[in-house]
Amino acid sequence: MTAATVLQTVGLTKAFGGLCIFKGVDFSLQAGERHAIIGPNGAGKSTFVHLVSGLLKPTSGSIRLMGQDVSRATPQQRVRAGLGRTFQINTLFPSLSPLQSIALALCERDGLTAPSLRALARRVDLLDEAAALLARFGLAADGERPTGLLAYGKQRVLEMALALSLKPRVLLLDEPAAGLTTAQGHELFDLLTELAGETSVLFIEHDMALVFGYAQRVTVLGGGALLAQGTPDDIRADPVVRKAYLGH
Amino acid sequence: MSAHRLYFANQARWSGWELAFWLAWVVAFFIPQSNLALLSQILIWGLFAVSMDLLLGYRGLPSFGQAAFFGIGAYTAGYLSKFGWTEPISGLLVSGAVAGVVGLAAGRVVRGLHGVALLMVTLGLNSLLYDFVQRSTELTGGDDGLPGVGFAPVLGLFKFDMIGRTGYLYTLVACFVIFLLLRALVRSPYGLALLGARDNPRRMQMLGAPIDRDLTLVMGLSAAVAGMAGALLTQTTQFVAPEVLSFQRSADVLVILVIGGAGFLYGGFIGALAFIFLRDLFAALNPIYWYFWIGLLLVLTVTFFRRGLLPALADLWGHRRKPVAVDAKHPKSQEVAP
Repeated sequence: MTAATVLQTVGLTKAFGGLCIFKGVDFSLQAGERHAIIGPNGAGKSTFVHLVSGLLKPTSGSIRLMGQDVSRATPQQRVRAGLGRTFQINTLFPSLSPLQSIALALCERDGLTAPSLRALARRVDLLDEAAALLARFGLAADGERPTGLLAYGKQRVLEMALALSLKPRVLLLDEPAAGLTTAQGHELFDLLTELAGETSVLFIEHDMALVFGYAQRVTVLGGGALLAQGTPDDIRADPVVRKAYLGH
Repeated sequence: MSAHRLYFANQARWSGWELAFWLAWVVAFFIPQSNLALLSQILIWGLFAVSMDLLLGYRGLPSFGQAAFFGIGAYTAGYLSKFGWTEPISGLLVSGAVAGVVGLAAGRVVRGLHGVALLMVTLGLNSLLYDFVQRSTELTGGDDGLPGVGFAPVLGLFKFDMIGRTGYLYTLVACFVIFLLLRALVRSPYGLALLGARDNPRRMQMLGAPIDRDLTLVMGLSAAVAGMAGALLTQTTQFVAPEVLSFQRSADVLVILVIGGAGFLYGGFIGALAFIFLRDLFAALNPIYWYFWIGLLLVLTVTFFRRGLLPALADLWGHRRKPVAVDAKHPKSQEVAP
């Protein structure tokens, strides 16, 4: 593990009215790390991802991304600073084909979407890149069908492909294997390990086999607070975690 | 050409249908019995519906206030002529620009709104403008129309004649040029970004897409096209009255687009053809209750061809040629070479 911190939160807090659902969490993600967040329902895992990606604004505390303070930044500014994310529920473009979806992501990355009269079809380099990317995720044969007609498992892969197409420095995965079979879940994580490259990955996952199989470090949340943090072995052995979460 | 390049190239390519569609309008000009005034009306309604399509079909934003921009364009053309600027082409462009600027401002106002709230605010803005124009009789002539509207010959050569030959050709050329530009626009990355934001704004945010900017711009572009449609109406009829701003017009343009089919650009013209022809037909049968039949058509269209007449016709044609399943439209794609 390198010493470079790519994502850091200090005293990150979120309250809705008087209800504090996320309480002063200090967290850091190192460059190249595969980091899992676990915790029971209502622990604040998704809230954490929303706060970091900017879909929720923190009540107090700060978020630093690649050394830059993004606590008040819009989601778009955070994406430009190197953040990518997926959603627990598929968040895709149902009427666009996967090829179009990836091409759109690349157009946004390259800032090509100002109104113009130049056909997308003429940007052949970008289209080649989109097709190559899709092929690496094993979606080449499904590239031209509307995304809404794809099998659920393939939509799940596309969800990750869209996020990774921007080559983010930090990738947040909100239950990437949700709704997948155990085998599909492992395939998805194998794909992630193979294609994430230097991207640091923070993922929420309920399947302990996936967590302990793929994470280098694990953070345990409970009731909106940080319960424990460490290597998978530390977490497995931690009595607090065993009691509060693993239940044995 | 590799499969994926072909796939995108096919989306930008002109089909025989499109050529036939535009040629038919040219042919109509040479048919002696053609009612050119009516056909000009259809083209203008069609262009107006295309402006709505940009908003609703491509960006997924419903509006009850599109007539506001049509009316702004119509009145701009009227005032320009009243104050001596009678050259039609520049008048058309200025009218589009004025409506477009108002559209950009409106885009800023409605930015955070969706669904019913958006419908209500656009309806409200439209009503404000209509009432203002109708009541300011010294300024606008009220229901009698703006006095002193008249236009110079097109290109200094072709006078607007009584049977509407010049008016028709002028409208047709203007509609075609504007359509060409829009066709290119929706096939550019910007067009894809509009579809993306229509399908899923949240994903667009997480791709770093400037969705607020895109929304403001599409409102401006849509308003500019609506404004040019309005200006064409003023110029070809040499008349402008508050009716161009009425809520009825905002509702009618939605009806036309939904009947024709949203999200194809051509749906607006097809809907206008059906709507205006039927309106004329039904009004001849019974001048008071004609909207009953339009209402019925709308109900039937939406019930049986959810996406409108044009996609229904396209599907029908596709089935006749390739009697397989709907998936025939999406043949198994070949292995894509990286």
